Amino acid sequence: MDFGPYLLLASLEGAVMAAVLALTALGLSLVFGVMRVVNVAHGEFFMLGAVSAWWASSMATNIASASPALAFLAALVLAPLITGAVAFATDRFVLRRLDYQPEATIVATIGLLYIIQQSVLMSFGPDARPVAAPFNWRVDLYWFGYSGYKLCVIVIALSVLLLAWLALTRTRAGLIMRATQLDPDMAQAFGIPVDKVYAGVFTLGAMLAALSAVLIVPTQQAHYLMGLDPLLMSFIVVIVGGLGSLRGTLVAALLIGMSDGIISVFFSPTLAKILATLLVALVLVFRPQGLFGVKPR
Amino acid sequence: MSKKILPINKARRRLLGGLGVAGAASIGVPVASGLSGYVQAASSEPIRIGFQAHITGIGATYGRWYQRTTLAAQQFINANGGINGRPLELVIEDDGTDPKRGAEIIEKFAIRHKVDVAYGTLFSNVVIGSAARAGDLKLPYFVASEGHHVASGILNRWTVQPGITDVKSQVIAMAPWVADNLGKKVTMIVPDYAFGYDHRDNFTEAMAALGGEVLKVIAIPPTETSFFKYFPKIPRETEVIYHVMVGPGVLTFVKELGEFFGKNRPEIFGFIDSLEGVDINSAGLEALDGSHFWEGMPRYAFGSEHDEFYRSQVGVDENGASLDDPKDVSTYAHMFACWETLAVIKKGMEACNYQTKDDRQKLIEAVESFTEFPESRDHPQGAKTFNGRTHQAFGRQFITQLNDSRLDVVHVTSIEDGLYEDEVDYTSQSF
Repeated sequence: MDFGPYLLLASLEGAVMAAVLALTALGLSLVFGVMRVVNVAHGEFFMLGAVSAWWASSMATNIASASPALAFLAALVLAPLITGAVAFATDRFVLRRLDYQPEATIVATIGLLYIIQQSVLMSFGPDARPVAAPFNWRVDLYWFGYSGYKLCVIVIALSVLLLAWLALTRTRAGLIMRATQLDPDMAQAFGIPVDKVYAGVFTLGAMLAALSAVLIVPTQQAHYLMGLDPLLMSFIVVIVGGLGSLRGTLVAALLIGMSDGIISVFFSPTLAKILATLLVALVLVFRPQGLFGVKPR
Repeated sequence: MSKKILPINKARRRLLGGLGVAGAASIGVPVASGLSGYVQAASSEPIRIGFQAHITGIGATYGRWYQRTTLAAQQFINANGGINGRPLELVIEDDGTDPKRGAEIIEKFAIRHKVDVAYGTLFSNVVIGSAARAGDLKLPYFVASEGHHVASGILNRWTVQPGITDVKSQVIAMAPWVADNLGKKVTMIVPDYAFGYDHRDNFTEAMAALGGEVLKVIAIPPTETSFFKYFPKIPRETEVIYHVMVGPGVLTFVKELGEFFGKNRPEIFGFIDSLEGVDINSAGLEALDGSHFWEGMPRYAFGSEHDEFYRSQVGVDENGASLDDPKDVSTYAHMFACWETLAVIKKGMEACNYQTKDDRQKLIEAVESFTEFPESRDHPQGAKTFNGRTHQAFGRQFITQLNDSRLDVVHVTSIEDGLYEDEVDYTSQSF
């Protein structure tokens, strides 16, 4: 294949990866930024989103004999809600009882990782199950064909990111979140219900992971072990971008997603992972607070 | 049956729902009544076989069907007199499709469950990881994995593969057909571990001998979930794409292959592994129409009475799906290995009059003395020859073509097509 189309394919792959990664990592970054909780179970929320998407879309197909597009829409609505509910319960019954202490919550979310993974294994089973894409267009780009749905994923993910950005920077809820992030004690003193903000942020973080899983699952398949990769990649993004920095997360997701796509295509996917990990190491050595992070006061 | 160990999951419940009641009842009870020929058996203790299964992990689809086939074979054997008049009992353990856990399970079989022999599993990394432990423990290990690792000589005298042809033989048998009918410039897409390397090494060699050429080998990790990024590496002058993928991403793989090429695709020859357990009618597979597949045993009924019998016993319809659920597609091309391997274990135990675990060595020697397994209810895939020196069975292979949402047989190789020179003589090794 010539260099031009080769680069085009690589960029498309990178863009899909970057868009979905940004969405997943945004959830992780929010939770850490606002709550100072390192959510090790974030990847499992992603997986839960994918599995719920399978459940919702097959229910819609079997019971209401919905078209693939409608079934996908059902998944798009239901899967984040289901995952959000699990996250909300986790906050209520686990994190809050631990007073959101950083060490304790790491251990708790590691436990949660296994509980979610094994519960899904016991109920959903060990098979990889397909979720039909809402449409099956093949976009012919002359040199090669590409999945029309994947292009659509980029657009949807970017719109959601834009919405999230606006919500955080332009709305009252966003202001409250940022206030809580800056100084929870002061926020409390000003009458902000910090507990509720925490519950909301944790739920929202999980829902973002679930949403990106719903977008990606028609191009992969729902599987109980699928949470590991997004977790690792999200951590890489969040560390490189700077823990808690929204802008950093987006820039790092773009950087890592695009380079992963391009290096995977031109060289090998293994090399892409090696370089991403190396980048993390370099950032940690030379700029421990991340590219856009603020030094702790 | 009380000793059977399985994680509680739906698959198991379904499985037991379908087979279990009758299967459980058949152990121990009917042996005495229907078995006048074996009344002389010295002991009526069950023969215990440890079954290493991919219940979880990336091989779980195979694991589910390997279990169903194995339970059906157990039922068939017990309904026909058991082994030497003794009922066959299975101890099932999950290896998680993980080599380390595989080896631990072999140990558990030998030490805790005290089984007579171990039997398992598909993924070659798990088999290779487990075989050394079986050798240390002097536990006969009957594998059903189709890898070349047994006949290549890297394992040991305690490991035998009598139920399925190895990859090297499959590839040698089919390479001439591929070269004559599809093309001689081939790009291979294989999984990045031992099983994939068997394909790579043997097909490259076979193709070179036929005057063809493998232009490029693309190795993909079996845990991969997205495949577009690999396809630009396929050289433009490729006439045939040879693909064999495994793992949870197989459906995505074939779909994206189709999306990438569209109608202007090269010829495609795939091992059915890339579509094993996958419904041919899944959306997005249209681009594969007309492409060819290797199948160890054809998914769609091909008019063989032994196949029909075996299908009905395992609970598979003529389209290769579960009788209970037409969307639950079996791993039909591989799972006959379970049925046939258990038949060979039975035959071997009866040939050496196996009584206790002290007879394990006699069992291996008895199996080594076998040379032929005629096509029968015990060997529904077809007749096989067995090479006692290399511990490997050889049978016919099927090439099928995907047309109108079904796979039709277009070529059947002979056993002779797949024979090669011995690479090892296990019988010269000490026990």
